[in-house]
Amino acid sequence: MPTITYREAVSRALREALREDERMYILGEDVGAYGGAYAVTRGFLQEFGPRRIMEAPISESAIVGTGTGSALGGLHPVIEIMTINFSLLAMDQIVNHAAKIRYMSGGQFSVPLILRTVTGGGAQLGATHSQSFEGWFASVPGLKVVVPATPYDALGLFRAVRQERDPVVFVEHILLYSTRGEVPEEPYVVPLGVADIKRPGDQFTIVAYSRMVLVALAAAEELAKRGINAEVVDLRCLRPLDIETVLQSVQRTGRALVVEEAWKTGGFGAEIASQIQERAFDSLDAPVLRVAGADVPMPYSRELERAAIPGPAAVVQAVETALGK
Amino acid sequence: MKPAAQALDKRSLVDFYRQMRLLRIFEERAAEQYMRGRVRGFLHLYIGEEAIAAGAISTLEPQDYIATHYRDHGHALARGLDPKVVMAELFGKVTGCSKGMGGSMHLFDASRNFMGGYAIVGGQLPLAVGLGLAASYLKENRVVLCILGDGALNEGEFHESMNLAAIWRLPVVFLCENNLYGMGSPVKEVFAAADEIYRIVEPYHIPSSQVDGMDVLAVREAMEGVVGRVRDGGGPYFLEALTYRFRGHSMADPSEYRSKEEEAFWQKRDPVAKHRQFLLANGIASEAELETIGQGVEEQVEEAIRFAEESPDPAPEALYENLYANP
Repeated sequence: MPTITYREAVSRALREALREDERMYILGEDVGAYGGAYAVTRGFLQEFGPRRIMEAPISESAIVGTGTGSALGGLHPVIEIMTINFSLLAMDQIVNHAAKIRYMSGGQFSVPLILRTVTGGGAQLGATHSQSFEGWFASVPGLKVVVPATPYDALGLFRAVRQERDPVVFVEHILLYSTRGEVPEEPYVVPLGVADIKRPGDQFTIVAYSRMVLVALAAAEELAKRGINAEVVDLRCLRPLDIETVLQSVQRTGRALVVEEAWKTGGFGAEIASQIQERAFDSLDAPVLRVAGADVPMPYSRELERAAIPGPAAVVQAVETALGK
Repeated sequence: MKPAAQALDKRSLVDFYRQMRLLRIFEERAAEQYMRGRVRGFLHLYIGEEAIAAGAISTLEPQDYIATHYRDHGHALARGLDPKVVMAELFGKVTGCSKGMGGSMHLFDASRNFMGGYAIVGGQLPLAVGLGLAASYLKENRVVLCILGDGALNEGEFHESMNLAAIWRLPVVFLCENNLYGMGSPVKEVFAAADEIYRIVEPYHIPSSQVDGMDVLAVREAMEGVVGRVRDGGGPYFLEALTYRFRGHSMADPSEYRSKEEEAFWQKRDPVAKHRQFLLANGIASEAELETIGQGVEEQVEEAIRFAEESPDPAPEALYENLYANP
């Protein structure tokens, strides 16, 4: 099976969508001649022209609102918010408008808005450019939140997102763009709300999403060398959330750890941990653990940034401590 | 007589009176229902501003879009929403125009391209830009009427939206209802160019003008020109309608920040009384005719209240309905 990068997977997903859906257009900052801040839309302007690939001024709120309005008017917008940090400038349009119009109108209107954005730290971009807000969006009824970790999932999930009639926040990770993975040429779709066991195991459940799936897998490899067989569950979507797959895993292993890059306080990992204890308490041999980003603004220093983002060593240590090793 | 008046037949001129009376009586009765506890939440009355909705919306075609703010009852009624479904929405009933899920500030009607009342100041502006973009992208003959208040001028979204509408030359009419107050703050204290707010769009090269928002025929005449120009591909336009709300910001506001003299000044320019005087003075309608119209409107609103009272609440299952097309 051919391998492609995560960037190529997202790019392919967008290109095929634009070719098949005349009502789809892309709007965002530097998506045109520049090719996208992370080069996802490179060459798109040449292929699809300025009607379909629309350059936007630095006006996040109006960009999202325009997308929402155009969706109400019958288009299928793909709005690119350059990084999730800038989504804060558009929070009103996302949370107060896009997410609520179907419900508030009694179901009269649909907002098929795809909001692509880039999450995460690890590129030494400092406190304002290294955040992970996808968990915030996941707490908003009316939104769907998709967080692919691999090229296969990025392409397959985007194909599912295209079928949605509601706003979806499609969250790519800054450090995943150059990672590679197998992607078949044949068409396939990864449905929303279906978690994936990326590595089977029977002694410990590690729950993760986006880049932390790779961290969890690296940790599981290390744990295997030390005689601990961990299972890695990739959520793939935060909303709709496939908690059943997580619970079934915990019922097999009796132990769970959630690893996430966002701040620990009020993070989405707390939601997962809470649902596990609510619904699988009797299966648990120990408290549900969390390994999360340090509760600080992201430092610029290379060493301190590394200390602030969960890595395999932190996961390995947490698992071993829990097992009394 | 204004050209707009000359161009209109008796029926249309009298219909403006009927419509403005309806908007007025609807709001007065809604206020009573609020005092009786049947309408809850925020209730922002449109009393005093009726000439704008009646005059402006009369110039639209059925395929045109309206996106507006939270003082939206008058706009909905002028667009032809049945007073019954608007009143039922205020009552939170399942027969309401938003099935009881939106309330006073969030009226919607897809069948009339009434794209919603939006209750976060300025929020409807980029939505209107997007509607204009869709019409333009799909090469549809549609104009977007985006109604905003003077308070929205100070939102960043206002400027973002003007810029986008201008660079893409979208078919959007921005109609600013300047009622001189953003809640309790006088526009002249919170806005740097309060004397000529319509000029705020000049740096974006958007043409603009001001109209007397207390005169339905003046609004009609101005909007006819504006809508025609925008429909013909002239790009966006900004029209400021000077007006005054005769009541507080909402039912929760006793309006103590305005002087009696100022209120009296504007009361003398009551748009409903003014148009009534116009019809009588020009022999277009008789006292008796207008009295009959007034009674008819009263009955229509009473019927709307009965309808709202007798309608059922949404079923408990509605709590989780219409959240997603595909949950």
